[in-house]
Amino acid sequence: MAEVTFNDIIKPENLAYTKSKLMTNNVMHYCPGCGHGTAHQVLAEVLEEEDLQSRTVGITPVGCSVLMYNYIDVDFQEAAHGRAPALATAVKRLMPDKFVFTYQGDGDLAAIGTAETIHTCNRGENILMLFINNGIYGMTGGQMAPTTLDGMKSSTSPYGRNIATMGSPIKMADIVALLPGTCYVTRQSVNTAGGVRKLKRALKKAVQYQNEKRGTCFIEVVSNCPSGWKMTPVESNKWMEENMFPFYPLGDIKVPSEK
Amino acid sequence: MEKELRLMKGNEAIAEAAIRAGADGYFGYPITPQSEILEYLMEANPETTTGMVVLQAESEVAAINMVYGGAACGKKVMTSSSSPGISLKQEGITYIAGAELPCLIVNVVRGGPGLGTIQPAQSDYFQATKGGGHGDYHLLVLAPSSVQEMADFVELSFDLAFKYRNPVMILSDGAIGQMMEKVWLKPQKKRSEEILPWATTGKPASRERNIITSLDLDSERQEKFNLKLIAKYREMEEKEVRYEEFMTDDAEYLFVAYGTSARLCQKALQLARAEGIKAGLLRPITLFPYPKKRLNELADRVKGMLAVEMSAGQMVEDVMLSVNGKTRVSHYGRMGGMIPTPEEVVENLKTFIKG
Repeated sequence: MAEVTFNDIIKPENLAYTKSKLMTNNVMHYCPGCGHGTAHQVLAEVLEEEDLQSRTVGITPVGCSVLMYNYIDVDFQEAAHGRAPALATAVKRLMPDKFVFTYQGDGDLAAIGTAETIHTCNRGENILMLFINNGIYGMTGGQMAPTTLDGMKSSTSPYGRNIATMGSPIKMADIVALLPGTCYVTRQSVNTAGGVRKLKRALKKAVQYQNEKRGTCFIEVVSNCPSGWKMTPVESNKWMEENMFPFYPLGDIKVPSEK
Repeated sequence: MEKELRLMKGNEAIAEAAIRAGADGYFGYPITPQSEILEYLMEANPETTTGMVVLQAESEVAAINMVYGGAACGKKVMTSSSSPGISLKQEGITYIAGAELPCLIVNVVRGGPGLGTIQPAQSDYFQATKGGGHGDYHLLVLAPSSVQEMADFVELSFDLAFKYRNPVMILSDGAIGQMMEKVWLKPQKKRSEEILPWATTGKPASRERNIITSLDLDSERQEKFNLKLIAKYREMEEKEVRYEEFMTDDAEYLFVAYGTSARLCQKALQLARAEGIKAGLLRPITLFPYPKKRLNELADRVKGMLAVEMSAGQMVEDVMLSVNGKTRVSHYGRMGGMIPTPEEVVENLKTFIKG
C-alpha cells in the first residue's frame, strides 16, 4: 500500500471544519491551546449560518477577550470591566430587532460585574450572555478569580485558594438559573470535538429563543488557561476534566418549556 | 404636543423636555434631590407615545453604562443623578468620552463630600468641568439658572453632544431642580430614524464593521487620539462659549456667578446699586468651555471680581486663570446646603471693596 502523505489528506472533499467567513484574518493574541479561539469560531459559525451579521451587536468585556472585535466581523462595543450586560440591555431595548450578545470572562461577569449580571438576567433581557469560565484572571497574569477552585493556586492565592478566608468558588450559571428572567441556562465546553458541537447547538437554541423574545440565555463555557494554570495545553485540558468539570458539571441547567 | 406654558419643577421640566426633544432613552437610579426626573418619565410612559425607552437601573453604574450602550447605537440617550450618584457614574463617563459618544448627563447637585446633604450646593464644579473621571477629557457643561433653562438646555445638550460626539452635562443644583416656575415647553419633536455611519447597528455588506471602544494599546496612536480630543475641546472653546451679562457697561465691581448663585447675585446687584456701588454680573452659561476671553476683557475695566458660589471656592480658580492677575479676584461662598442671601453677598462685596 502506498504511503499516505499530508498532501493526500488536505483536499476539499476531506474538509470537516473550515474557518467561518465571519472570522477575520487578524492574528489572534490568545495563548496556544486556549479555549477562547475555539469559542469565537463556534460563535462566528452560528452567526454566519443564521445569517445574523447585519443585525448583530456584540459587547466585549475587559479581560483576555477584550480584543474580540478584531476577530469576528460584526459590530462591537467594548465595555468597561463587568458592565457588558448594562450596555447590552440598552442596545436591545433601543433596537429590539437586533441580535445582541455579551461575551465575558469570570472576573468580568462573576466578580466586578455581579450586579449587572444578576439584574440583567432578572429583568429577563432578550440577549445572549456568553460566559467563559477558566477559573483565573488570564489577562492580568493569573490572579485568583471568583470561580477559582478550592485549593487552586494562582498568583494571588499562591498557597492555594483558602475557602475560610477567600470564599468559595461561585457557580454563576446555577445562580442565574434561579431567576425567572432567564429562559435557557447551560454549561458547555470546547475541549473536544463533541463539546464544540454541543456548544454550537446551544448557541443555535439561544438565537432561536432571542428571536422568540423568551428572556435571557446564559451559556457558560468551562475553559482552560494553559498560561495562567502553568500547564501545557494537553495538561490543562486533562486538569480541567479532572477538576473543573466535577465542580462545574456540563449540561443544561434550565431549559424553556416548549411552546 | 404643541408649544405649551406649564408650571413645573426644574426636574420635571428636564423630563418633559427630554420627551419633547425626541430622546430615545433615559436610564436612571433614584437619588434625592432629582428622583422626580425618573418618576415623571415613568408616569408619562413615553414608550407608548414617542417610543422613548425609560428604565430604572440597578445602580448609577449600570445606568451610565446603559447610556454608553445606547449612545454607541447612535441613539439620543441620557441619565440623571445627584452628586454621590454622579461620582459613581464617573467610570462610565470617562469611557463615553474616550469612545467619543454623544449623551446627556444631568447632575442636580447636593452638598458633599460623601453622603453630605440633600440640600443644594455647587460643590461639583471641579468634577464637572475638569474631567471627573480618569484621563484627559472634558465634558461640555451647561449651567441652567431657571426652570426654563432646565427645559431648553436638554435639546441644546443633545445638539451639542452629537455635533462634537462628546458627553454633555447639565450642571444644576437642588434649588433649581426642586423649585417651580412657569416654563414654555417646545412642541413634540419626532425621534430620529437616521442610522449614523459610526454607530453599532449591525454591519451591512456596504461598510466595515463598526467598533466602539476607548482602548488602543499602541501608544503612538493613543497619543494621536488624545491630541484629536484636545483639538475638539479647543474648537468648543472657540465656538460654544455662552454667558450672560447684567449691567457690565459701567460696572466697577463684577460678580461672577452661575446657576442659583447667579439668580441671587441679580438681586445683590440691585441692592448694591441702590447703595451707589456700581456692580455688574457675568453669568457663565457654559462652565466648560468657560468665558475666559470675556472675563479677561472685563478685567481691564473693573476694579475687582467677586466669584459667588455655593462651594469652598472652585469656579473662582477659573476666574483667576481668565484674568491672569489683571484685577483683584476673591470668592464668597456658603456650603453644606446653605444658600447665601443677597444682603450677605452685598456685605461681602463691601468688604472686598475695602480690600
